[in-house]
Amino acid sequence: MMRRALSIVTMMLAVALFGSAAHAIDPLPFKDRAEEVRFQNLARQLRCLVCQNQDLADSDADLAKDLRMQVFEMMRAGKSDVEIKDFLVARYNDFVLYDPPLKPGTYLLWFTPFALVAIGAVAVLRILRRRARAAVGEALARGVPIDNRDDDW
Amino acid sequence: MLPELGQFALILALLLALAQCVLPMIGAWRGNAALIATARPIATGQFVFVALAFGVLTYAFLTQDFSVRYVAQNSNLALPWYYRFSAVWGAHEGSLLLWVLILDVWTLALAAFSRRLPDAFIARVLGVLGFVSLGFLAFTIFTSNPFVRHLPALADGADLNPILQDPGLIMHPPMLYMGYVGFSVAFAFAIAALLGGELDVAWIRWARPWTNVAWAFLTLGITLGSWWAYYVLGWGGWWFWDPVENASFMPWLVGTALIHSQAVTEKRGSFRAWTLLLSIFAFSLSLLGTFLVRSGVLTSVHAFASDPKRGLFILAFLTLVVGGSLTIYALRAPKVAGGKPFQMLSRETLLLINNLLFACAAAMVLLGTLYPLIGDALGVGRISVGPPYFGFMFVLLMLPVVLLIPFGPFFRWAAGDWRATLRVLAPALALAVVCALMASLLVGVPSVRGIAGVAASLWVGIGIALYALKRWREAPRGRRYTQEMLGMIAAHFGVAIFLAGVLVTEATSVESDVRMAPGETKHIAGLDFKFNGVAAAQGPNFRAQQGVIEVSRDGKIISTLNPQKRQYSGNAPVQTKADIQPGLFRDVYVALGESLDDKGAWAVRIYVKPFVRWIWLGGLLMMLGGFVAATDRRFRALPARIEAPATRPALATTETALAQ
Amino acid sequence: MNRLLPLLGFFALVGLLGFGIWWNTHHETNEVPSPLIGKPAPEFTLPLLYDSTKSLSKADLLGKPYLVNVFGSWCATCQYEHPILTAKVKPLGIKLIGMAWKDPPEDSKRWLARFGDPYDAIVSDADGRTGIDFGVYMAPESFLVDAQGVIRYKRIGMFTPELIERELLPELAKLQQAKP
Repeated sequence: MMRRALSIVTMMLAVALFGSAAHAIDPLPFKDRAEEVRFQNLARQLRCLVCQNQDLADSDADLAKDLRMQVFEMMRAGKSDVEIKDFLVARYNDFVLYDPPLKPGTYLLWFTPFALVAIGAVAVLRILRRRARAAVGEALARGVPIDNRDDDW
Repeated sequence: MLPELGQFALILALLLALAQCVLPMIGAWRGNAALIATARPIATGQFVFVALAFGVLTYAFLTQDFSVRYVAQNSNLALPWYYRFSAVWGAHEGSLLLWVLILDVWTLALAAFSRRLPDAFIARVLGVLGFVSLGFLAFTIFTSNPFVRHLPALADGADLNPILQDPGLIMHPPMLYMGYVGFSVAFAFAIAALLGGELDVAWIRWARPWTNVAWAFLTLGITLGSWWAYYVLGWGGWWFWDPVENASFMPWLVGTALIHSQAVTEKRGSFRAWTLLLSIFAFSLSLLGTFLVRSGVLTSVHAFASDPKRGLFILAFLTLVVGGSLTIYALRAPKVAGGKPFQMLSRETLLLINNLLFACAAAMVLLGTLYPLIGDALGVGRISVGPPYFGFMFVLLMLPVVLLIPFGPFFRWAAGDWRATLRVLAPALALAVVCALMASLLVGVPSVRGIAGVAASLWVGIGIALYALKRWREAPRGRRYTQEMLGMIAAHFGVAIFLAGVLVTEATSVESDVRMAPGETKHIAGLDFKFNGVAAAQGPNFRAQQGVIEVSRDGKIISTLNPQKRQYSGNAPVQTKADIQPGLFRDVYVALGESLDDKGAWAVRIYVKPFVRWIWLGGLLMMLGGFVAATDRRFRALPARIEAPATRPALATTETALAQ
Repeated sequence: MNRLLPLLGFFALVGLLGFGIWWNTHHETNEVPSPLIGKPAPEFTLPLLYDSTKSLSKADLLGKPYLVNVFGSWCATCQYEHPILTAKVKPLGIKLIGMAWKDPPEDSKRWLARFGDPYDAIVSDADGRTGIDFGVYMAPESFLVDAQGVIRYKRIGMFTPELIERELLPELAKLQQAKP
């Protein structure tokens, strides 16, 4: 039974893979270039729920087409990007955003890289200071200049 | 009959791999010369049998032997002969066999070209590689056997995934694997050095060319993958931060840190711990990538297999290999920082910063890729992490790298003079800023990305050109550029080109989905696109609907594009094949959507992408740099065989080399 | 300690990946949990499938719990779910509302004629707008809504007898207890 559901999903994924950008090519009546660019940027930040490896702009799925229309209409109705995203998240979960929102569940995601760099930088600085002191001390002790020749490649 | 031979060859290879990882290791441990001497012949033998198995599988594809289940699943009677080759690695079992084959190619090369290395050392290196082969061969034979029969034989097979029926696919996996798998050599060197207690750094000189070549191949593989995705997948993008793309990018990032760290360790004796760890991490990430692609733990476009049993096997193997090597590291790593001392401002420091930032970038990519899983584990709900996250973080982390690259070659070892360097680099800075401002005035809507791209590209590009100039002027004839230096110059220049490509494309490319009726013209990004309808077309194993779109500028036709919608035989859904007018400074890219009405109107997607080819040109230059650097004479023309363990101080060998 | 750090970090990673494999064997990897559980069902007014002049709205359904089952004639899995709905869910006594999603009404009617009609009422959401409000992204999906109009449970994918036993029945029991 589970297999059937799996096969549906696989089929949809297959459509996504093989028929990539088929229905995704969706001419919408934009009033100007700026609106089109805004739409494209927004669609690229949203994830398709059916073809889960594609963004809304490139997915063939029927649902993607509907959601693109929804986004377009909301844009026309004057909603802001944030409002449009909130609308979709309220119905489909944070999953639909490719840009993970900053909330307690994602602090780890957003802050760890910076924490790593900071810790690394501090460690590096400490090591460097120790080495530099050693270098100077050693040079003084041996009465020899720092070993770095001219052709120092 | 033949597939059974292939199966048998694999089993023999497995046994030889077992011997390869046990006998020489014991030999090296006990100082038994006879056992040590078995390393090379056994490794060669293993290669022969794996190659045989691979040959048998290829032959099965070429002769379209549908009694082999793997062949039946991945090709059919209509498949052109050249794609029958690439079909061999088109799915899980075959690509795994390719993995093992390439590992053995590296092993064989190592066995052949390492006569000057101490036998015990090579015995350990080959032993480690044998262990890796053992794991993969076991995995293949027990869970992913490509020779399984399907009897009675089918009359015709399913087709090779149409997306994979492309020249790019023929090259991309082998090149990628050459890189990915090639890091196993650096890994094996590091483990061998740790096991043998070789704390001096003579072995690094041996490891460097192998690592540089592996890195170059990986760069090529990733570049090919990106280019192929661009023209095949039809969405005009070149990188999606998809888990499987990330799986190849992480080893690349660590590999980049590794090749730089190896340089420092070889020349100055410093950063030994970094180099050892990076060697372990680069290959570990390759193994991790293999796990991610084949275990189904992450959803992805590329995922080969989603089988928990396979996932567990690879995870167990990963734990053994990486856990084992990190344990060896914990036990045997140098306890004291060695090498020639250096000051706060020096080339060493810059490369240390380089190490740190690339390692953090790899960690960031790993975190982002695995975060959906972490989210599930923490019960936070299903989170998606996509290009907005990765792109943003990656740019932030690489910003210091880009700013500091030009300083690297100018700063001396041990003590760099930042004032003098800034003076030399001032023209680069000035030109970068000025040109960026000019560019922003030329383009209608200036974007921060575009301006930053021009500035960064010029800063790095001119910076490295200034260094090349400095060498030209100051170094005596005949000793101006070593291959290593040339490689560095090419690769860093490649970075500049790459930066220009990425940022300018992102800032200035234009995409538009339009409805076109026959005869209609649309004006996009300064070009005129005239739609001349859609007609039927035929390929070797597909039927297509082909659109005709004339592209012209100021009335002059610059090209006619023929995007297609292809229907392959069998049950394959329709494939969209875009058509591209490539150019050094601009690509024009057109894809057909669907028919919109009875009168011949179609939905068409049009892209105009300036500078997009620079992305892959930059990648190719980097690759070239890697290959060129590996050919440096210093790596080849070594003094008499080094005895092991080295009783002469390591510094002596590096000094004699410098004096060349 | 410094030198053990990489090893410890690696073990944490292995733990996570092992968890991932385990998780996969117990969960549908493509399933996206609904944020609407515990929240009021969206307001909707949809035409009845068999009489498009009449419509059914959320207000009409308040006061008693009901199960909305999203289906379509194009959905292969729905064929397998239908007999299970008839045999296992209907007897539970809960009101069954069918929602023909993204389906031309004629096709839905034909399909129901062929596969049976266990529903108390069927509405037609041909353009899918109400589906979007419910967060529907595939068929079949089912929503258990309580008497106050709050969504209590969502099933993504088809019902199996085992799932009904394991998940639906406890939810229904909770609803019974909540009744004064």
